[in-house]
Amino acid sequence: MTDQLMSQYATAETRSIHTTSDARGRLKRRYRSEANFKALGVAALATAILFLVVLLSSIVWKGIPAFVYNFASLPLDVAGVDRTDLAKANYDGIVKAAIRAQFPELTSRGDTRLVASLMSSGAPTVLRDQVQDDPAGLDRAGAYSLPISDFADLYLKGQISSSTTSTIAATATVRVDGDKVTLTFPAGALATVLAADAVPANAATPPRQLLATDLSLLVYVGDVVVKADGLTTTTVSGAAILGDATKLPASVNAVRLRSLVVPEASRKFSDKEIVWTDALVERGYVRTGFNWIFATKGASREAEMAGILGAVIGSALTLIVTLALAFPVGVAAAIYLEEFAPRNRWTTFIEVNINNLAAVPSIVFGLLGLAVFLNFFGFERSAPYVGGFVLALMTLPTIIIASRVALRSVPPSIREGALGIGASRLQAVFHHVLPLAMPGILTGAIIGMARALGETAPLLMIGMVAFVVDLPNGFASAATVLPVQIYMWADFPEPAFEQRTSAGILVLLVFLVAMNLTAIILRRRFERRW
Amino acid sequence: MTTQTSLAQTVDPRPLTRSKLVGDRVCVFYGAKQALFDVHLEIEENRVTSLIGPSGCGKSTFLRALNRMNDTIENCRVTGEIRLDGEDIYDRNIDVVELRARVGMVFQKPNPFPKSIYENVAYGPKIHGLARSKADLDEIVTSSIRRAGLWEEVKDRLQEPGTGLSGGQQQRLCIARAIATKPEVLLMDEPCSALDPIATAIIEELIDELRENFTIVIVTHSMQQAARVSQKTAFFHLGKLIEEGATGDIFTNPVNKQTQDYITGRIG
Repeated sequence: MTDQLMSQYATAETRSIHTTSDARGRLKRRYRSEANFKALGVAALATAILFLVVLLSSIVWKGIPAFVYNFASLPLDVAGVDRTDLAKANYDGIVKAAIRAQFPELTSRGDTRLVASLMSSGAPTVLRDQVQDDPAGLDRAGAYSLPISDFADLYLKGQISSSTTSTIAATATVRVDGDKVTLTFPAGALATVLAADAVPANAATPPRQLLATDLSLLVYVGDVVVKADGLTTTTVSGAAILGDATKLPASVNAVRLRSLVVPEASRKFSDKEIVWTDALVERGYVRTGFNWIFATKGASREAEMAGILGAVIGSALTLIVTLALAFPVGVAAAIYLEEFAPRNRWTTFIEVNINNLAAVPSIVFGLLGLAVFLNFFGFERSAPYVGGFVLALMTLPTIIIASRVALRSVPPSIREGALGIGASRLQAVFHHVLPLAMPGILTGAIIGMARALGETAPLLMIGMVAFVVDLPNGFASAATVLPVQIYMWADFPEPAFEQRTSAGILVLLVFLVAMNLTAIILRRRFERRW
Repeated sequence: MTTQTSLAQTVDPRPLTRSKLVGDRVCVFYGAKQALFDVHLEIEENRVTSLIGPSGCGKSTFLRALNRMNDTIENCRVTGEIRLDGEDIYDRNIDVVELRARVGMVFQKPNPFPKSIYENVAYGPKIHGLARSKADLDEIVTSSIRRAGLWEEVKDRLQEPGTGLSGGQQQRLCIARAIATKPEVLLMDEPCSALDPIATAIIEELIDELRENFTIVIVTHSMQQAARVSQKTAFFHLGKLIEEGATGDIFTNPVNKQTQDYITGRIG
């Protein structure tokens, strides 16, 4: 209506075709589509960021615990060690004796074996290395700290089972009958505690049997720990798994009831091991520290002895070879194609093929490496330099394409300026064009290298997917790389390897960030805006 | 500084000098398209020769043929002869790098290297090995910048980027860079087209001074400029050299009808 009014009064001069209601409507639609587009963009970005944050935080959350570990510095009986030949001592026996000495009351063969398994099976090796490094420590108590088993470590990190402990205020009477200990509480004293744990108890005899598939109930009476296997509303009975029950007084106060939510049958760390590990911690032998084993060792079947360093070195060696080959060759090829080569059928053919090569699945490069480098040239399997060759072939097209684009984007006036004062074409390129193209070239190179760093498939074919325990000490020694190591760890069933998988991913990310940072710093230096 | 020397009307006091560069039956092709048709033009030593004509007439093409900058263009082919001191520069035995050291070039858009002012000027002498020592190089750089009339403005900031100068200063830097290699001929491709009138005036004065030591060929769209700075003018149209002669004659008494139309503004 307004428009009708307007049009009545509008003169020929004021009525522009851009101010009619139709035009205004079109304008509104244009703004609306712009707003819609922006909203979609923000939504897409937000979704991407959300996924990234979720992914990264879950990896960090899982991976961080692998960087710390629990070590035990038990008193060792080193009387049998021959000080003149430290390598020959029976460290296995020493470690076993040390842990058994902590629990002299355990006599059954099963128990002594179980308690010995609290220490890592790699502990004797670690002890030997430490003794050889520091023989003076033999005369000092607690000089050597040895890794505990991976499950004990997981337990101490709270990843085996959550538990709740409640203290019962009432006085209980103790009856010891052979192995069996029975505590009788006044009526109602247990009710609140058991209700909280949701354990249905039988009202009277016979007591409810607590099976391995039920939650575990541990009773702490003074120094004695009883694992409950029978439960009524007023009594708890079971066998002592720590301490001497016969020395308990007839009536006790402040009994603590601890319940572990995960049933014993559903975990690989028994109640006994939990109680013993707690005892070691209480006695002050266990210390949490930086997991130097993870940081300095190669692969291992034992989660606690497995380290990332072997894979880091393998990746570094492989990438050094890749960079040393792909970067100069790629940049030189790009310079030739862009600045010197004539435009003809051959160069067009080459160009098309380079673009195609960039899209070839990486496994194909692995097959090429297998056929050419291993079978034809007879290079070693699993060697970083062969991996470097293969990855260099894979990275070359990326670097060439990125470098050509970067060279092409340098304004031709720079080339003309140099040529116009009598620079040769090579001088014009190397003195003026290349420095200006360098930021773009570096970006391309880093994209290629990042792809090479994360690659497993081509290395599969040349045997770098291997279980390599020793740290690689050169370009020709057997090695594996980070993504392969992560893949292998992800395949192991032990829960401790799950942490190491995440930690390995973290290390890979840090490696990647370090590489990118180097590229950014280099770019900054070249990009100095003159 | 702002007073213009009107050279077109004055007769050059010096006698005609010998020809430095001679273009003989020069044809230039871009692929199948012919851009220049049988151009014959003599460029005299220590004179300013201006090439005028409407856009696309081939004057820049001819200029670029003089130091073989056309070589960098794909599919570009040159026939005929261009003789520098009697030697055909398109001969097989001629080294193109040496040729460009002898025939320097200043471009339409100032194109200083993204390096320091000093580096910009020192680059040519360095690659041609003109300086034996650092002091030598300093001397070449200083005198080149002085002769380009830029010294007073940049003497305190030689290590600052050349791209940070104003357009007119950049163009003078490019001239300093070109004369630092001590060329015999200086080719200028519309050196003032991107500059304001004040910067243009400075550069025109500079061209007049440089004439003492260099043979200069300048392409320009401004007929006033051609009239002011040059002693000889050549008019190109549609790839053909229509008329050439002393600047005074061309502007006051053109023989050809097309030339007359162009300088009076009826075509172009």
